[in-house]
Amino acid sequence: MDIEIDESVDITNVVCPVTFVKAKVALEELEEGQVLSIRMNDGEPVQNVPRSIKDEGHKILRLLDNKDGTYSLIVRKAGE
Amino acid sequence: MAFSNDQLQRYSRHIILKEVGAKGQRKLLDGKVLIIGAGGLGAPAALYLAAAGIGEIGICDADEVDLSNLQRQVIHSTNDIGKSKVQSAKESMEAINPEIKVNAIHAWVDSANIMKLIEPYDFIIDGTDNFPAKFLINDACAIAGKAFSHAGIIRFQGQLMTYVPGQGPCYRCIFQNPPPPDAVPTCRQAGVIGAMGGVIGSLQAMEAVKFLLGKGSLLTGQLLTYDALKMEFRKIKLPKRESCPVCGANPTILAPIDYDQAVCEVKQ
Repeated sequence: MDIEIDESVDITNVVCPVTFVKAKVALEELEEGQVLSIRMNDGEPVQNVPRSIKDEGHKILRLLDNKDGTYSLIVRKAGE
Repeated sequence: MAFSNDQLQRYSRHIILKEVGAKGQRKLLDGKVLIIGAGGLGAPAALYLAAAGIGEIGICDADEVDLSNLQRQVIHSTNDIGKSKVQSAKESMEAINPEIKVNAIHAWVDSANIMKLIEPYDFIIDGTDNFPAKFLINDACAIAGKAFSHAGIIRFQGQLMTYVPGQGPCYRCIFQNPPPPDAVPTCRQAGVIGAMGGVIGSLQAMEAVKFLLGKGSLLTGQLLTYDALKMEFRKIKLPKRESCPVCGANPTILAPIDYDQAVCEVKQ
């Protein structure tokens, strides 16, 4: 993969709305322009978390299928 | 310090908000609020601020829980009758949120202790039921340069104002001196609808939260009045008074003052 990941967060062990909350908190800790990889379960998280992150103004770069029932959402942090 | 999964869950409805986020919740967790009076106003304020994760909350009152308090002071239970209000309040607050620090201060505020009491806190909530205490808190906060929320409730009416140093009037700019003792009935004599404390005390908690977050507009320079029977909220714009003896250009009140209370209010 050609995108450098600065930080990773796993939200497979929590449920809505903490999925998004945990991802949001991880993004807040990054600098503008840095890239976060968010590992999430298939189903509801994949449907909702990317949309919520987009609503916050961040840029979704990729959604990678990990082939184990989880996906990795690659996000570039937007400015405040 | 990172949030635990439990904290993320507890404060999720805050952190989701754009105006709060993790940074804002951290400000709340680092915030210190003093609530003076564990009664009708202090009860809802203390419960909401504890639930919100305000890191350190002082609650100050010298009274014991009485059966007649329970109609409005929702932080106390029937089992608490006879217990000190601050102990009862502390137990309720810690039951809601064990990760905050609650300082139970079993005392009446007076000119001798108020400056030291308010010193460690970022924001003060006046939840008292008498004019001498209201002027005392106002003067102490103006002298110390502390922000505070004034409120009063009686019958079906409530009022609220926020003082922030340098932004708008203090309580004394508006009401220059306490009324003569017994000229105005307290809620002991006049009665008050229990939910009035819930409405106004919750607004005080909201002002404290906004102050700590640094978001939105505070109720400075305006007195909010609520008439429940007419179901009317009004905001009255009020200017700072340059001749105010405590927050004006040439203050003459340089230390808090003890005023006499009406006889029926004198605490044993």
